[in-house]
Amino acid sequence: MDIILNLSFLERGIAAGLLIGFISPVIGAFLLVRRMTIISEGLSHVTLTGITAGVLVTQVAPWFNPLYAGFLFSLGGSLLIEKLRQVYRHFEELAIPIILSGGVGVSALLISLADTGYTEWYAYLFGSIITVTTADLGFIFLTGAAALIVILLFYKELVSISFDPEFASSSGIGVKKINFLFSVLTALVISMSMKVVGILLVGALIALPTAAAILFAKSFRQVLILGILFGEAAVVGGITASYYLNIATGGAIVVMGVLLLAAAFFVKKLQNLWNRSERKEHAA
Amino acid sequence: MSADREAVLELQGVQFGYSSRPVLEDIQLSVAPGSFLGLVGPNGSGKSTLMKLLLGLLEADEGTIKLFGTPVQSFRDWNRIGFVSQKAGSFNSGFPATVFEVVSMGLYGKIGLFRFMKKKHKNRVMEALRLVGLEEYSGRQIGMLSGGQQQRVFIARALVSEPELLILDEPTVGVDADSVRNFYELLKELNRNKGITLLLVTHDIGAMSDYVTDVACLNKCLHFHGATGEFISNKDEMMRAMYGHDVSVIEHNHDHGHHDHHHDHDRSEAVK
Ligand SMILES: Nc1ncnc2c1ncn2[C@@H]1O[C@H](COP(=O)(O)OP(=O)(O)OP(=O)(O)O)[C@@H](O)[C@H]1O
Ligand SMILES: [Mg+2]
Repeated sequence: MDIILNLSFLERGIAAGLLIGFISPVIGAFLLVRRMTIISEGLSHVTLTGITAGVLVTQVAPWFNPLYAGFLFSLGGSLLIEKLRQVYRHFEELAIPIILSGGVGVSALLISLADTGYTEWYAYLFGSIITVTTADLGFIFLTGAAALIVILLFYKELVSISFDPEFASSSGIGVKKINFLFSVLTALVISMSMKVVGILLVGALIALPTAAAILFAKSFRQVLILGILFGEAAVVGGITASYYLNIATGGAIVVMGVLLLAAAFFVKKLQNLWNRSERKEHAA
Repeated sequence: MSADREAVLELQGVQFGYSSRPVLEDIQLSVAPGSFLGLVGPNGSGKSTLMKLLLGLLEADEGTIKLFGTPVQSFRDWNRIGFVSQKAGSFNSGFPATVFEVVSMGLYGKIGLFRFMKKKHKNRVMEALRLVGLEEYSGRQIGMLSGGQQQRVFIARALVSEPELLILDEPTVGVDADSVRNFYELLKELNRNKGITLLLVTHDIGAMSDYVTDVACLNKCLHFHGATGEFISNKDEMMRAMYGHDVSVIEHNHDHGHHDHHHDHDRSEAVK
């Protein structure tokens, strides 16, 4: 941890960004194939509720890091969504607006109670890479490493359940346990990305790289690898742009992600055109 | 008769309903190792439900289900059982997985937690694909195959763990006539040469009767359970009982059929 202590604020920000750019698309890939990418939006808003609650706590206990409260709320929200999905088995997406509106409502209440300036909220909403503290980076590093190890260990089970839960269950995989684990992972990753990209933009790092990857990937493995590449490119490009152009980092990372996606569309289009002319030549 | 060869499947007084309305009533069934059981019955007769009970995907309201002598609640050797669901084809066809990746999923339970695919597992996957004639498709995306080819992929996924019992719920829906014949030949070969016990749910009574060793007829209750020859000779009566509306006829046949389901052990010995 010595290295972490000696980093400048910029280096801390970059390290945090790289970690998040790596792990978000991995979670994104699993959410994508479960058709639950939208879950990240619901959870990020519940995380906001947790952070507002955490900020209230800091007014009594200044040592408290609101990120922890954010994580706990995110975890609770994640489990609640899983529960709601079972209740509304045929309308699974209904879980998201329920959680999201509930989360925002409670946040609004808590914010009105807390006596905090606008800038702090801005940092949580849109991210603020320069305010990443050593403790934050430690949190991001530990949770990120834990999430990656868990995903690696349960990779087979996660893939099998995402593809066909009934078969997974019949092959002896504990579907409920693995789904619970996945809920915890999603909550972890969302709360750890908070500080860098902010609540409103967390979903972007989960969805955009995966959206670009799926255009080219033929296998699930490729979705993961390409997603990570797109994610890291968005983070590096975004931070660089924000540094030289003096613009908000969170926003720059997300806009970079959108631009990369647009570029991916373009390349895909070219590829299709190329393939078609090849086929014509073949036929001729 | 051999007492030492325990039944692969043993159901006793099994009862089940999704709500208060019963779907299955008082099911007795025993499947000897090495047999090839065809299960027929009209739509909604509870065939798929029965398969889900066997696999522990649903829990019986009453009665006992034993797999290889172990009650289903405490059964853990799921890799001894392969399963092709009736709904196998209704997966998300945009799922970015290759045929190879899908068949690999059949091994995941066997490989176990915290372990990874090794060379020998990869060879097994290719071997299973060869069995269903799809080895050159291993790198293709699953959604890009035809319906019948996808069905064969799911059969390979069920076969790859080298199960002792293979449960197939209408696996040939959407498969062309030629492939169906090949498929039945494949099942026969697995049954005769590899000694795999088969449980096949089907509506295709005609084609099936050339291959299966035993037949069971289900419509909420089990109306007949016995050797194929016996089934053929009583076929008309069976069919009337099972598909007709006359309940008293059903009860009548009920008594005839299902008590003598141990008579074909000799055959399964011969198969071995
Ligand atoms: N998930 C469910 N919830 C409630 N009832 C169900 C459910 N699945 C099936 N049923 C009911 O249970 C009965 C048996 O259904 P099942 O799917 O087992 O029939 P089946 O014999 O497999 O029919 P098919 O030949 O059409 O495949 C039907 O009456 C059906 O309506
Ligand atoms: Mg069925």
